[in-house]
Amino acid sequence: MRTFKRYLFFMILLTVNIGVVIFFPDIGKNSAVLTYNNMREVFRVLPPIFILLGLLDVWVPRETMVKYMGEGSGLKGVLLAFFLGSAAAGPLYAAFPVAGMLIKKGSKFSNVLIFIGAWSTTKLPTLLFEYSALGPGFTVTRMIVNIFGVLVIATMTEKLLGNAEKQKIYDEAG
Amino acid sequence: MFTVILYVLAAAGLGISFFKDRRKTKSALVKAWRSFESILPQILEIMIIIGIALSILKPETVSQLLGRQSGFLGMVIAALIGSVTLMPGFVVFPLAESLMKSGAAVTQTAVLVSTLMTVGIVTFPVEKSYFRTKAAVIRNVSAFVFSFVVAWIIGAVVK
Repeated sequence: MRTFKRYLFFMILLTVNIGVVIFFPDIGKNSAVLTYNNMREVFRVLPPIFILLGLLDVWVPRETMVKYMGEGSGLKGVLLAFFLGSAAAGPLYAAFPVAGMLIKKGSKFSNVLIFIGAWSTTKLPTLLFEYSALGPGFTVTRMIVNIFGVLVIATMTEKLLGNAEKQKIYDEAG
Repeated sequence: MFTVILYVLAAAGLGISFFKDRRKTKSALVKAWRSFESILPQILEIMIIIGIALSILKPETVSQLLGRQSGFLGMVIAALIGSVTLMPGFVVFPLAESLMKSGAAVTQTAVLVSTLMTVGIVTFPVEKSYFRTKAAVIRNVSAFVFSFVVAWIIGAVVK
């Protein structure tokens, strides 16, 4: 019953989509193809990510993560967060479970936010796509501005959050 | 390519882990499945919403809304569209290229690109389940605002 409830909204959406296919075949067919392609992409990327997260959870002790990305990790933690996020490909929502694991293992919250920011904006695997589609001016400017943006947003979010709320995030992750 | 690397890493990791400790490996797989299944319904929802949204918003319609004369209003429209939908980078960039070819201006397109990559209303429930509401709201709102900053700078550099 609980499982049913969790999938209820999905089933409603699925019904809506089928309805669109029947009543607006043009839009419906298009959206069915898009949904299918997106799902194929997601279900190709997610399984190895979750297996790696499971292994990380079991094998990497909290102390190690705290040392590299925790409160006292300084510039090392910032750079590591940037590198982890920038090297990854895949849509942004695949980054959240990884971020959850970083939180659980005691990574500093601003580093988690840097990781998310880098994953979404300074991604290296898609750099060539951007360069060939939008040109050097667009790509290089966006990269440079976004590196600052990631740092500003991460620092600001952590400051605005307050310690009590941050504690709750870590409690729920553990 | 990246996916292949992920699979190689996951397989190698599982192999090494299995040789070192079978029980731990099993528990890693159980954890992997549990955390995957816990966000599965939301991911399925996201997929369908994106599919419908993208098939309603045709590139020709969007590029008309984001022309050079559309000004700040065009930027706001771009930001709103970009915030709802979410696309991986390798789709975003070619799409942005085709929008600009059919008449969208650089600044407005840049807002769209930036919000598509950083702001996700549809993905908010997933984000909230890891960050809680407050942090997720702050992150999305500041990414939304920053998208305008990025766009103005790109618009000034790329003439």
